[in-house]
Amino acid sequence: MKYLCLIYDDEKKWETMSKAEADAYMGEYFAFTDAIKGSGHHIAGHALQPVQTATTVRSRNGKLSTTDGPFAETKEQLGGYYLIEARDLNDALQVAQRIPSVRTGSIEVRPIQEFN
Amino acid sequence: MEARETVDAVYRAESRRVLATLIRLLGDFDRAEEALHDAFIAAVERWPRDGVPDNPRAWLVSTGRFKAIDAMRRRARFDAALGELAAQIESATSDASAWDDDTVEDDRLRLIFTCCHPALTPDAQVALTLREVCGLTTEEIAHAFLTTPSTVAQRIVRAKAKIRDARIPYQVPARADIPARLDTVLHVVYLVFNEGYSASAGESLMRHDLSGEAVRLGRLIAELLPEAEVIGLLALMLLHESRRAARTTESGELVLLDEQDRTRWNREQIAEGCALVERALTGKRFGPYTLQAAIAAVHAEAATAAATDWPQIVALYDVLMRADPSPVVELNRAAAIAMRDGPAAGLAFVDAILARGDLDEYHLAHSARADLCRRLGRLAEARVSYERALSLTKQEPERRFLERRLRALAIN
Repeated sequence: MKYLCLIYDDEKKWETMSKAEADAYMGEYFAFTDAIKGSGHHIAGHALQPVQTATTVRSRNGKLSTTDGPFAETKEQLGGYYLIEARDLNDALQVAQRIPSVRTGSIEVRPIQEFN
Repeated sequence: MEARETVDAVYRAESRRVLATLIRLLGDFDRAEEALHDAFIAAVERWPRDGVPDNPRAWLVSTGRFKAIDAMRRRARFDAALGELAAQIESATSDASAWDDDTVEDDRLRLIFTCCHPALTPDAQVALTLREVCGLTTEEIAHAFLTTPSTVAQRIVRAKAKIRDARIPYQVPARADIPARLDTVLHVVYLVFNEGYSASAGESLMRHDLSGEAVRLGRLIAELLPEAEVIGLLALMLLHESRRAARTTESGELVLLDEQDRTRWNREQIAEGCALVERALTGKRFGPYTLQAAIAAVHAEAATAAATDWPQIVALYDVLMRADPSPVVELNRAAAIAMRDGPAAGLAFVDAILARGDLDEYHLAHSARADLCRRLGRLAEARVSYERALSLTKQEPERRFLERRLRALAIN
């Protein structure tokens, strides 16, 4: 079964990190990604650029509106994701709790809807 | 007639076990409930005619499994995927050792851990556990939690949908995960117990039964997984329960611990609770439930309120503060210090807690302060604190208790 792990964290955290700290943090991410590739859980994963780069589009009554910024302004932003293959929710949670951002932000684990 | 009575007795004793196993074999709560129902209908028909089988439980599991596969095959005409699933279930579970006694005990634990999965809301965990593990009806659960059957039913439907859709596995967690997962299970048991224990007296028998249900659930888990904290929680519930008769007057008024008639305490429950505390304390991994039970045991062993070993209670609160610090534990520790060292010493701690603002909305913090002020003769302050407590309490017997205290102050 496929699960999407959405990584929410405070982007501003990066601004306060020294280069050495940021490098170490990225290193943890690389190591984690390698580990879940090795265990066969990894399908895809990406980091996202900061929310200032986000654009939201919606169409109402045939009228398209395009606005600057994310869909919801919150303290924690969607900063990246992993799409994983897991046996069940427990297996998916085992993977999610090893994502480095779990210590400062939070990870939302959502099963993928399969349409036959 | 005799066979029919046997079916009823088997239903009471075995239906939860049979259900737990059917959920594993059929991979779905609703399908298993339907199969359980069909298996008992078959028993009512056949046992009077053919005689009661040697192993009724195995017969029920096997019959329920067969009925479910059969029903899925019939529906496969409309939904081809069901046919495949039926074939899969049939071949995966054809070995009858899949429902022998050992596996069946594991199924009960699987059911408990699944109903108390942390991915479900606490409300859903409680409702699902009472429904599936304890076999209460949605009406009984609704009555106990002062809500409507449709609300409870909805909670259960949503929880089952999440179990199915997010694929919450039907399993006992891995050894390394057990302590964290067990916390959730014990919390559910404790919620059920408290709902029954702190409900107002004489209000309804059902809520009374809820504590009994929690104790039964605690016993079951202690039997299946005898970890220190499981035993500790069972002890805590028994020791609280032992005071039930003395906690309220005939008319439902609250009686505090130091004023209770100790001859009305249930000695059997106290003996069992104290023995369990000792057993839990010898384990390495005891925690907050065991420590609270140990405190309750010290009270239970005191022949009179004056004979209470307060230094021992303060020492246990010190350990509890390290194991599971919280403002409420700190408040109880302050009350114990007041009993050991006098009201002035306790008041200093209570005031420090209140000054931090942590328990400003907690009525018991203000009534504790009022009580200490009263004992120190600071009656004006006592009045202010009793009034604050009164404005915060939502429980009728507690309200009346505080009003009595306020009236007593006016007389002085």
